[in-house]
Amino acid sequence: MKNVGRLQVSTPSDTEIAMTRVFDAPSSMVFDAWTKPELLTRWLGVRGGWTFAICQVDLRVGGSYRFVWRGPGGAEMGMGGVYREVVRPDRLVATEKFDESWYEGEALDTTTFVEHDGKTTATATVRYASQQVRDAVLKSPMERGVAESYDKLDEVLASAPVRSGK
Amino acid sequence: MVALADDEVLNATFAALADPTRRAILGRLASGEASVSELAEPFAMSQPAISKHLKVLERAGLVSRGQDAQRRPRRLEGKPLAEATKWLERYRQFWEGNYQRLDALLEEMKGKQTKRGSTKR
Repeated sequence: MKNVGRLQVSTPSDTEIAMTRVFDAPSSMVFDAWTKPELLTRWLGVRGGWTFAICQVDLRVGGSYRFVWRGPGGAEMGMGGVYREVVRPDRLVATEKFDESWYEGEALDTTTFVEHDGKTTATATVRYASQQVRDAVLKSPMERGVAESYDKLDEVLASAPVRSGK
Repeated sequence: MVALADDEVLNATFAALADPTRRAILGRLASGEASVSELAEPFAMSQPAISKHLKVLERAGLVSRGQDAQRRPRRLEGKPLAEATKWLERYRQFWEGNYQRLDALLEEMKGKQTKRGSTKR
């Protein structure tokens, strides 16, 4: 066992956040789960009443992706970007921008998938435009309910004006 | 303290922690206060270079100066470190939730592949 299931979060530089996680599956499978809409919608951000409203992926260099989640009370959160590198099953690079962004500019996501003995180490590194932006993202969970423990999210939504698609 | 000041403290903390030498200095101070020359010892660095790192750490509130006017020992201040760790922990928890759902999905995918036998996609 090579640290399966243990997530490590670090800040390798002033402008980056990196996450490393080992999955008990071959890299081709993990890469697909990361890039195919029918699989992404099963795990990414879907909890506490939040589901995907839109999950579009044009998986090629220059192709774009678009994710919209819908949550309790019709609240919506959208994000998207453009793929810069697509090397199945080893590497994925894409830009990232949230619709109602609490940070300036685009971020660049680089994810690598390294398979060893049938297990895959996925390392996702997000590079932000500045240190202030990176730190704002690290802080955002509490304030914006984006990356927070979803128990708290319901409270946030109940007390804040709901942004609705309707 | 107002929210903006908290933000600035956190920014300074993360910036201070981004450097391996500064992390090592904090590691050393975690086992007790030390003077600048004591801190410089384990590193292949001059005292001025160490002092420069210490200034960054002091500005971030991670390190303070002790009472002894002669030695001017530096000591670790735990609070900003705890704040930074707290934010990282929340971020970690969100992603851990995602990845646990992904674990379950991958198990399901592996099960399906086994059932299909040698037929590959």
